[in-house]
Amino acid sequence: MTWISNNLDLIGGYLVSHLWLSIVPIVLGFFLALPIGWVAHRVPLVRGIVLSTSSVLYTIPSLAFFAVMPAFIGTDYLDPLNVVIALTVYAVAVMVRFVVDGFASVSPTVLDAATATGYGRAGLAFRVQLPLAGPVLLAGLRVVSVSTVSLVSVGALIGVDNLGRLFTVGLLTDNNAEIVTGLVLVVLVAVVFDALLVLGGRLLLPWSSGPRTARTGVR
Amino acid sequence: MSVASETWAWLTDGAQWSGPSGIPTRVAEHLEYTGLTLVIATVIALPVGLYIGHTGRLRGIAVVSTGALRALPTLGVLTIVSLHSGIDLTAALVALVLIAIPPLLAGAYAGLEAVDPATVDAARALGMTPWQVLWRVEVPLALPLLVGGFRSATLQVVATATIAAQVPGPGGLGRYLIDGIAVSDYPRVVGGAVVVIVLALVVDLAFAALQRLSTRRRVSTPDRARLEK
Repeated sequence: MTWISNNLDLIGGYLVSHLWLSIVPIVLGFFLALPIGWVAHRVPLVRGIVLSTSSVLYTIPSLAFFAVMPAFIGTDYLDPLNVVIALTVYAVAVMVRFVVDGFASVSPTVLDAATATGYGRAGLAFRVQLPLAGPVLLAGLRVVSVSTVSLVSVGALIGVDNLGRLFTVGLLTDNNAEIVTGLVLVVLVAVVFDALLVLGGRLLLPWSSGPRTARTGVR
Repeated sequence: MSVASETWAWLTDGAQWSGPSGIPTRVAEHLEYTGLTLVIATVIALPVGLYIGHTGRLRGIAVVSTGALRALPTLGVLTIVSLHSGIDLTAALVALVLIAIPPLLAGAYAGLEAVDPATVDAARALGMTPWQVLWRVEVPLALPLLVGGFRSATLQVVATATIAAQVPGPGGLGRYLIDGIAVSDYPRVVGGAVVVIVLALVVDLAFAALQRLSTRRRVSTPDRARLEK
């Protein structure tokens, strides 16, 4: 406890960077996955390519991915951008499957009815398909959110400041309190993000009765 | 020299391919972590998953606890266990087993849940005991999802075993990354990363083949169409 009160500034700084390093990939990943998933849903050939690429991308170990990033995009080895971009790629890889599943879950009868009432292609996509795919998209977003928050901490191993630092430094200095603080805060961030997503889902998708459970994690 | 050519030089250097810190040894260590983890995780998760899928009981607890396990940062678990466990494999194995359990558990109970209840009823009507229903009807029909869960678990363990080099133990392929970063030897870091990525892809391909086999052995065509959707 004294360790925590003596290091509030340090912990606060790590917490803030952890939040940024998580939020940016989650948001970017979601908005990049939407158009990719929409095209993949409509064009079977693209769907095959997108789904197999996404599963290959997801097999890349995060530490290895962070480490090879500079070779691809010419960043500095300790640049936080390596973590942000790698995590965005993971987020897109996971999210795109849910987008495809979400669009596929919209009943064709509903689409026919919407077309008959005069929706154009854009209106159909934004005002019919997107909202109806909402519950599945939300489930995907929750999976992306929890895994991103946890993966950010691995960034500490390549020298990027975030709550993961409390693990690496705590291990070096034999400081139990420091590691436990890190564990509690990372889990807390994940839980708060998840609660916000569920709450946002209730507000934006009031028609989806009851929480949907995320997919089983079997790929 | 560019990173790519330096990395290539590191990878093709004969010294990297033999001895106790050579790539073959590190790959073997990496697979040792993976194998041990999967054995332990399977012994824990498979009976529980099959019980939940077969009886439908405790499902809520399983969903919540696997979700909670996913929220735990592996690096944190690794360091905290290491702080209290000393210089053996315990820390790495505890952290990796915790990652392997959720997909194995989910694969088992989701697999059994996907079996048509009418099929289970028919098996019961034929006079099968609950054990026979489980082993001769439910498990064979759930095999594709069971293998899927196992594939997912294996891949996550292969990927995450990379950070096991942060704590005591042989280290596996993560040694190259973590030690390389410590001394700013980037060709070693990128070279090690390439080897881990290739290993993960090879393991994934092997499982894709296995999964295809487990699906091909299906009993009847209508069933196959339904399950592959």
